[in-house]
Amino acid sequence: MTILVNVEQTEGKVRSASLELISFAASTGKDVAGIVVGSSAKAAAEEAGRYGLQKAFVFEDANLDQYNSESHFACFSEIIAELKPKIVLSTGSAASRDLIPKLAAKFDSGFVSDAVEINLSGEDLTLKKPMYSGKCFAQASFKDSAIQFVCMRPNQLKVSEPKDANVDITEKSAPSVDLKTIVKEVVQGASKRLDLTEANIIVSGGRGLKEAKNFELLESLADVLGASVGASRAVVDAGWVPHSMQVGQTGKTVAPSLYIACGISGAIQHLAGMSTSKVIVAINTDPEAPIFQKATYGIVGDALEIVPMLTEEFKKVL
Amino acid sequence: MKILVCIKQVPDTTAKISIKADKQGVETNGIKWVMNPYDEFAVEEAIKLKEANAGSTLSVITVGPKARAVEALRTALAMGADDAIMVDAEENVDNLCTAKALAAAIEKEGPFDMVFTGKLAIDDQQSAVTQMLSELCGIPHANVVSKYTFANGNSEVEREIEGGAKEVLELKGKSVIGANKGLNTPRYASLPGIMKAKKKPVKDYSLADLGVDAQQSKVSYKEFSLPPERPAVKMIEGEPAGQTASLVSLLKDEAKVL
Repeated sequence: MTILVNVEQTEGKVRSASLELISFAASTGKDVAGIVVGSSAKAAAEEAGRYGLQKAFVFEDANLDQYNSESHFACFSEIIAELKPKIVLSTGSAASRDLIPKLAAKFDSGFVSDAVEINLSGEDLTLKKPMYSGKCFAQASFKDSAIQFVCMRPNQLKVSEPKDANVDITEKSAPSVDLKTIVKEVVQGASKRLDLTEANIIVSGGRGLKEAKNFELLESLADVLGASVGASRAVVDAGWVPHSMQVGQTGKTVAPSLYIACGISGAIQHLAGMSTSKVIVAINTDPEAPIFQKATYGIVGDALEIVPMLTEEFKKVL
Repeated sequence: MKILVCIKQVPDTTAKISIKADKQGVETNGIKWVMNPYDEFAVEEAIKLKEANAGSTLSVITVGPKARAVEALRTALAMGADDAIMVDAEENVDNLCTAKALAAAIEKEGPFDMVFTGKLAIDDQQSAVTQMLSELCGIPHANVVSKYTFANGNSEVEREIEGGAKEVLELKGKSVIGANKGLNTPRYASLPGIMKAKKKPVKDYSLADLGVDAQQSKVSYKEFSLPPERPAVKMIEGEPAGQTASLVSLLKDEAKVL
């Protein structure tokens, strides 16, 4: 049987979340194929080969650099129909989360997203995934599904050591599609930081920061740590920061190694979105704040005073 | 024009989740059920589109256990939808079955010129039905939409991608639009709206009426579990200078996350 991996890449460099999937697929001993699209797709396929990708379908085409639900869908549909994989693995990227369920519908198959654990027994996958954004977990499995489509959350699997290996490359050209969806413009975010869902360290702020401009204190701390900046629902609703920064059940579910909550009391829907973080630091004036129940380390104090001092302390050791 | 909004009823975000004794699901007793928060943005956008196009009608549909889920339809009717379609289904139908039921209902009750959904449901958080519906109906989709305009039968949307970046897309003809937070400010159901909603028509379908068999669900969930308890918090006492210095050394030497 074949496991097909969506190998996502930018400028020939494979996304580390895709390398995780290739490493996992290779560890099962099954045939591992991949689809790589966009400029430098061939170079990316060769890199993927060093992690265990055996066969690559390469659409080296600059028109595919920008994700388009219809043109990418056409490439993937063609390969899946031809290859008939039992499993299709993809990352939790925005493009992947958009594309994979549409493919599942086309091939009349099941789909599981945001998996945090994956196991293969025979030809059947079981996956652990958070429900209610982490208030609980469940084990997902497939039944009578021609193909098992999965989007895996990043940073959950080990990337294997690269080895010298040759990947069997098949060059393809993108099927022509009468596009009904036109990408007119891409507006880059103001922030150059990693997306919250992929960040290893997150510095997050809430009402305790008192006003929007005090998020600058978090930005300075994040600069020192190489972190991304998140926020509670209260301050997003107050218009201090955009919704793309919201952590919680109606924002992003995150699981970084270190989450520093500054002036966040810890509403249940916020805790749901971050409580699987490895280490949680809480800084809050109220010693009874629920955030302390989830925290690893707590400081009762004013975030406006503590955060700048913390930034200086980190500078000494980093 | 004829507009449709697809909604789902979910536990309120403030709900505390507990697991059934047999671990096959979550305890639903005592849960407050609400319209999925993202669906509220979808309903609001659909009402705005209806209001901007005189003579339009807005229908709202849900797939779920009728006994409770019909309340979510009533909420949408009270906000301003004209009529509702209730597809009675057991709790555990998967995304593909849901999308098939919606597509079949669209076939029977349509054609619709525009379809709105929420970008994901906060229960299973799959974010799948919008895209599946697009495929089954053969029309384009845009998900995670934070800005929407409709002109000359086409849609222009702004959708959020990663790291705060946004794409501007044009979708030709009818499409499925998955609403994100920020798209608008959903209106509250007014008291007269709630009174009127009681008289608005709700049409009933079973899954079988739509040619869908819940047994064909391809994904199932079991072995539900709560997250592991976190060890007790270590409170760092003292003056701010000492507290911050201790915290940094604990993160570095004890937790080893730096």
